[in-house]
Formats: sequence, structure tokens, C-alpha cells
Amino acid sequence: MTAALELRRVSKDFGSGPTEVHALREVDLRVEAGELVAVMGPSGSGKSTLLTIAGTLEEPTSGDVVLGGREVSRMSRNDRAGLRRHSVGYVFQDFNLLAGLTAVENVALPLELDGMGARAAARSGQEALGRMGLAEQADRYPDELSGGERQRVAIARAVVGERRVVLADEPTGALDSVNGEAVMRLLRAACKRGVAGVVVTHDAQLASWADRVVFLRDGRVVDQTGPPPGVESLLAPGPSS
Amino acid sequence: MTFPQDTEYATWYEREWVVGVSVRHALLALLSEGPKYGLQLRQEFEARTGEVWPLNIGQVYTTLQRLERDGLVESDDTEMDGPQKGFRITSAGRAELDEWLRTPPEDTVPPRDELVIKVLVALGLPGVDVPELLQVHRHRLVELMQRYTRLKEDALEDVGVALVVDAEIFRLDAMIRWLDSADARVRRLPAATAVNAASVASGPRRRLGARR
Repeated sequence: MTAALELRRVSKDFGSGPTEVHALREVDLRVEAGELVAVMGPSGSGKSTLLTIAGTLEEPTSGDVVLGGREVSRMSRNDRAGLRRHSVGYVFQDFNLLAGLTAVENVALPLELDGMGARAAARSGQEALGRMGLAEQADRYPDELSGGERQRVAIARAVVGERRVVLADEPTGALDSVNGEAVMRLLRAACKRGVAGVVVTHDAQLASWADRVVFLRDGRVVDQTGPPPGVESLLAPGPSS
Repeated sequence: MTFPQDTEYATWYEREWVVGVSVRHALLALLSEGPKYGLQLRQEFEARTGEVWPLNIGQVYTTLQRLERDGLVESDDTEMDGPQKGFRITSAGRAELDEWLRTPPEDTVPPRDELVIKVLVALGLPGVDVPELLQVHRHRLVELMQRYTRLKEDALEDVGVALVVDAEIFRLDAMIRWLDSADARVRRLPAATAVNAASVASGPRRRLGARR
């Protein structure tokens, strides 16, 4: 089966000579459709670099990124930009919503940029907002929304249309834990509908929403957890007395 | 209740709550809503803790007998013990419950101390890769946290379960954050000689010992 997203021996170096930094070293990562993977590591471990390379925003020094079975390095700049627009969604810590657009306009924007008519794009945007529980807030501007609502708009924008991969960088960073949990529930729900998700974070609570947690240290994958066993394992009866 | 593969991270709940004193107060709380049978008490206790803490029926009856002996509950006037025997809370029981709710939890030695000791010992041992050891523990704790998060995800509407599970998750989170900060500190050590590492290890242990 073709993975939705695959990194094959991806390395990334910045600078050269004595100041050279190896941000990523031969990282292999495979994310299937429907799977949410967390990449966990401290600051400077390379996790944000991993995300920008996975999203084709940056090129690896060596190795390949494969999106939906296509090797990104073999694609033209235009094809790559097109793939990025219609297949990949991004969620950032600071939401990155455009202040001059309403919630639904923000969500519909990537579809319009991708050539969809305004009316159809708005309809898809409205639908995506509905799934995030924000149908009522569609016509509000970002500064009329709470932090939690803004991040849900950002997720709606990341999964709107035919997105196959969602990449999130500390998506609950500025939110309290209950609002952060709501964001992670929505990301998981999006993945269950068939999107492949990658969340990079230093926060274990956030990572624990993933099906699999990959640990990154000094640009290397050092370890990963498997999919969690059923909750039954927490419910083993105590010793009878 | 046990965590078959996670005895190292066994919680204070297991030691203090389920097998210990607080089952008394949980039963008093359930009885404060009205008279109940023993079996019913067990079912309600488990339902409200998200079945995270199964009780056996023997535990329930032993606890009820002690509560009755102490005048905190009364039972029906039957000689028979069994699932059909009903219990009621007394006014002394209500006072005890209210007192308990307002008493701060006992400041027991947290379980992560065992982890702290292990890492301190490892620091002083030649040939131990401490960051690797920290990762072994981080892996287990994150995995455990994933299981609790799944439990919470499945129980969207149940505030009781969410509260119980959150308590576990925050406890695990504290341990993982400690591992992360230990990791950062260890990496910052100058290419440590065994002697350096040993002095790092023995210093805090002496202080810990003196405090107790």
C-alpha cells in the first residue's frame, strides 16, 4: 500500500564548514492515510524542519519526500506548488489567519487559490467549519473569535477540500488544556476520515492523541511507540482478596 | 487494580485510594444520596470512576462493616449479609464526609521519586547511557499516556471519567517533563568523567536523605 506521506532517508544541513548544522539525519517516516503521527522532541531536535520538508516548503539536502506515491524531488516547481495547495494542509501555533477575511473566507481561500469558483469554495468552507462546530461563526472576523475558535478555523482550513495530508506545528501552543484537547479531537476526527496527520510537539499530552509517537533527538529518529493497545489493558481487575 | 506492565509507575490511587482509606469516603458519598445495597454501591463506584478502579465486592462489604462499627452508616435489621442488605448514612457519617472533603490530601512521597533515584544511580555508574535510559522511561510513560488519552477520547460525555483520566495524564506529564529536563541537564554536563557524575549523583541524594 502506498503511504500518504513518506520521508526516505531525509537529511537537512544548514551552513557549511565549522558552522554546519545537521538539522535532520537520514530520517525515515511513513504515515498512512487515516493515521495521526506525533513527532516529539525538544527545541532544536529538528522537528519543525521535518515538518517544512514534509510539506515541501523546504528541500532536503539528501533523501526523498513522497506524497501520495509521487516523489517530490522529480516534480517541477509548478507541480510541487499545485500539490502543496490541494493536498497538504498546515496548522501553525499562531493560527496564521488573515485578519481581513471572515472565518469562512479564510477556510475557502486555499480552494479559491487552487482555481475553484468562489461559490463552491464558500460551500466547502462552510461545510468544513460545520464539522468543527463553527457553523454559526462563519461570518465573523478572526478578532471576533476566541483563541480556541481561531485554531478550529485553522484546522478547517487545513482539511478543507481534498487534503490528504495535514501537518501541524505545536497546534495547541497558546491554548488552555481543555481548548487544546478540543483541537486534538478534531484533528483525530479528520484523520479518521482518511487524512494522514503529522503533529510536531514537545508536549507529551498533545503527542498522546496520536496513533504513534516518533521521538526525534538531534535530527535523528531514536525511538517510537506502537499504536496503543485497547483501553482494556488499563482495566485489569485487581488481585482478589 | 493493577497495571500489569507498569508496576513501576503504579499510582498513589492504587495504594491509597482503592485499597486504602478513601474507599470509605467514596462509599459514604454514594450513601449520602440515599440508602443503597452493597452490590449497587460497587456498581456505582465503578461507573463513576470510569471503571478505572474496579472494586471487589469483598472490599465493599469489609469497608461497610467498618463504617457500621464506627457509627458512620446503619444497615437494615437483618442478620443476613449479602447483596440485598441495605445501608444508610448516619449524621456522624455526613459530618465525617464533609470533614474529609475539606481535608487536604496527604502529602505522600510521590511515586516518581523511584524514577529520580534510578536516574541518579545511573549517573554515577560507568558505562550507562543516561539519555538512552531516560528515553526507555519516556517511551513507557508516553505509551501509558496514549492509552489514557484513548480512554478519555472514548468517553466524551462522561465528566467523571475525564476528571479521573486527566489526573493520571497530568501525573504522567509531570514525570515526562522531569525526564525532559533531566535529559537537557545531562546533555549540558561537560563530557562527564565518572567522578563528576558520581558527585552529581551523591549530592542530591544526601540532601534527600537528610530531609526525611
